[in-house]
Amino acid sequence: MYFTEQHELIRKLAREFAEKELTSEILDKVEETEMFPEEILNKMAKAGFFGIKVPKELGGQGADARSYVIVMEEIARVSGVASIYVSSPNSLSGGPLLLSGNEEQKEKYLRPVVTGKKKLAFALTEPGAGSDAGSMATTAVKDGDYYVLNGRKCFITMAPLADYAVIYAKTDMTKGTRGISAFIVDMRLPGVSCGKSENKMGVVGCATSDIILENVRVHKNDLLGEEGKGFINAMKTLDTGRLGVSAQSIGVAQGCLDEAIKYAKERKQFGKRIGDFQAISFMIADMATKLEAAKQLVYKAAYMMDMHQDASMNASMAKYYASEICNEIAAKALQIHGGYGFIKDYKIERMYRDCRVFTIYEGTSQVQQMVISGRLLKK
Amino acid sequence: MKILVCVKQVPDTNEVKIDPVKGTLIRDGVPSILNPDDANALEAALSYKDDNPDTVVAVITMGPPQSNYMLRECMAMGADEAYLLSDRVFGGADTCATSTTIAAGIKKVEGVDVIFAGRQAIDGDTAQVGPQVAQRLGMPVVTYVQDIKLLESKAIVQRQMEDGYEEIEVKTPCLLTAVKELNEPRYMSIGGIMEAYDKKIIVWNHEDVELSPKDCGLNASPTQVFRSFTPPAKGKGEMFSGSVQEMSTTLIQRLKEKHYL
Repeated sequence: MYFTEQHELIRKLAREFAEKELTSEILDKVEETEMFPEEILNKMAKAGFFGIKVPKELGGQGADARSYVIVMEEIARVSGVASIYVSSPNSLSGGPLLLSGNEEQKEKYLRPVVTGKKKLAFALTEPGAGSDAGSMATTAVKDGDYYVLNGRKCFITMAPLADYAVIYAKTDMTKGTRGISAFIVDMRLPGVSCGKSENKMGVVGCATSDIILENVRVHKNDLLGEEGKGFINAMKTLDTGRLGVSAQSIGVAQGCLDEAIKYAKERKQFGKRIGDFQAISFMIADMATKLEAAKQLVYKAAYMMDMHQDASMNASMAKYYASEICNEIAAKALQIHGGYGFIKDYKIERMYRDCRVFTIYEGTSQVQQMVISGRLLKK
Repeated sequence: MKILVCVKQVPDTNEVKIDPVKGTLIRDGVPSILNPDDANALEAALSYKDDNPDTVVAVITMGPPQSNYMLRECMAMGADEAYLLSDRVFGGADTCATSTTIAAGIKKVEGVDVIFAGRQAIDGDTAQVGPQVAQRLGMPVVTYVQDIKLLESKAIVQRQMEDGYEEIEVKTPCLLTAVKELNEPRYMSIGGIMEAYDKKIIVWNHEDVELSPKDCGLNASPTQVFRSFTPPAKGKGEMFSGSVQEMSTTLIQRLKEKHYL
């Protein structure tokens, strides 16, 4: 309904890529070493996964939001962590530049990111500013041609691997969210450092850490957009981000459902396949139905974005519902696996851990509920 | 340089089954794919183009209108031009009639310097169409090619053998059929998929390629498939254990039971 033949070809590409490249062997190694192979990232870049919606003139692929959803879904179906490497340049890293960057900044920072030559981190969250991003304490004080940045960002995906970061900081402490500005910061600048990588529950293989800024001098040419417009930039970026997480969610959920069905057909107890027991078969029916509902929400939000409609609330609904049911489906799929689900030899164990963060990052479920209800009760 | 690659859309034989009663392929719900050896042939052309950007890579196929999808896939990998030979009268063709049609199509594609094809298609496994096309076009052919060096008016290729390879120098234009050892076919790219739909697929019928219906399809096919069947699965082997003495005693006993001894 929402897809063209072109989209189906993109799905074919992404599925073939995921099945061929992201083998169990490689994914086990990623878990063990906590490193993701550069070789696969290079192949992803070649296949155009890093700049799906970015115009061709800027080094991207010139496709649309639905194409982005499809690639995320198919990659996440096989590996949650691999899908983070796809989502980052397409949404949180590329987004701020695409929205507010001038030509020079796009050429200098966006092109290398979407062609896979450089990595860029999105740094909004702080120890004291999570869902309430407006309460951030990082400051940027103008000093001639430079801004001097001080503060600490936390839980920053890919920070230890990044070449650049988009840092949100207050240029005016008196104006709340309207005092926030965005900066592109070279991670090699004096005064920039990363904390130790967090020891995460899931999506292992994509390092997350603090970014510490101590009197970092950022040139005014690296101010992204206008002073005071950083918060709007961040919120708009997160709209696309939400679509990405919702697509990740339906992908992982599909992967979990596939595993549950496979296991229910193989495993025999009391002389028959466990899938022949209603207790299990009805669980599978529920999982599949909820997944289908989530897919429709995600696809519709992407379609609306492609039609240039306001999809902010729909993206929130998609992210909220898809991430919640993904966790439910993963839990049920693990339950169907019984004791084996608790053992790391089975894929479902990793998937169950990987999707836990989906209801948390890029706006918790509760923040999505705030966005949705806020829209409805505004008038 | 213009390289023409012969491609075929085939059912994914990993998923195909034969109807035991009718003896025909059950194609329902079976995905169609670009024939794997043809993907190697296309990759060879595209990697030559990577090093020589003024190269034009064209693909040609004979098939029903649905073959469009595969041609788009070839263009999404990087092919510049696509030709589809599609006509009801082409239907039911054996390799003889197929090669007549494809050769006629190739004659109409202008300026072809060299032709690549896959060794064979996974649905028929004949490996005949490539060489037959070459013969009809009066050009040399090398089959089972595992390495290609294209030079000025000639090609130096390795022809795969069971226990090694032959190195052959061949004048161009020529036709080379590729084996999977030749290379690793590339993925499509998202940008390539976007561009593939901006390019045109040229469709030709029998009149366009100047063939009479009597020279096409079933009418011009001296071979007919008499019966298709799945070979019945062989029974499970049985492993004996114990000392050599015990095992040979058991073996003789079993052979006697089955009246082989």
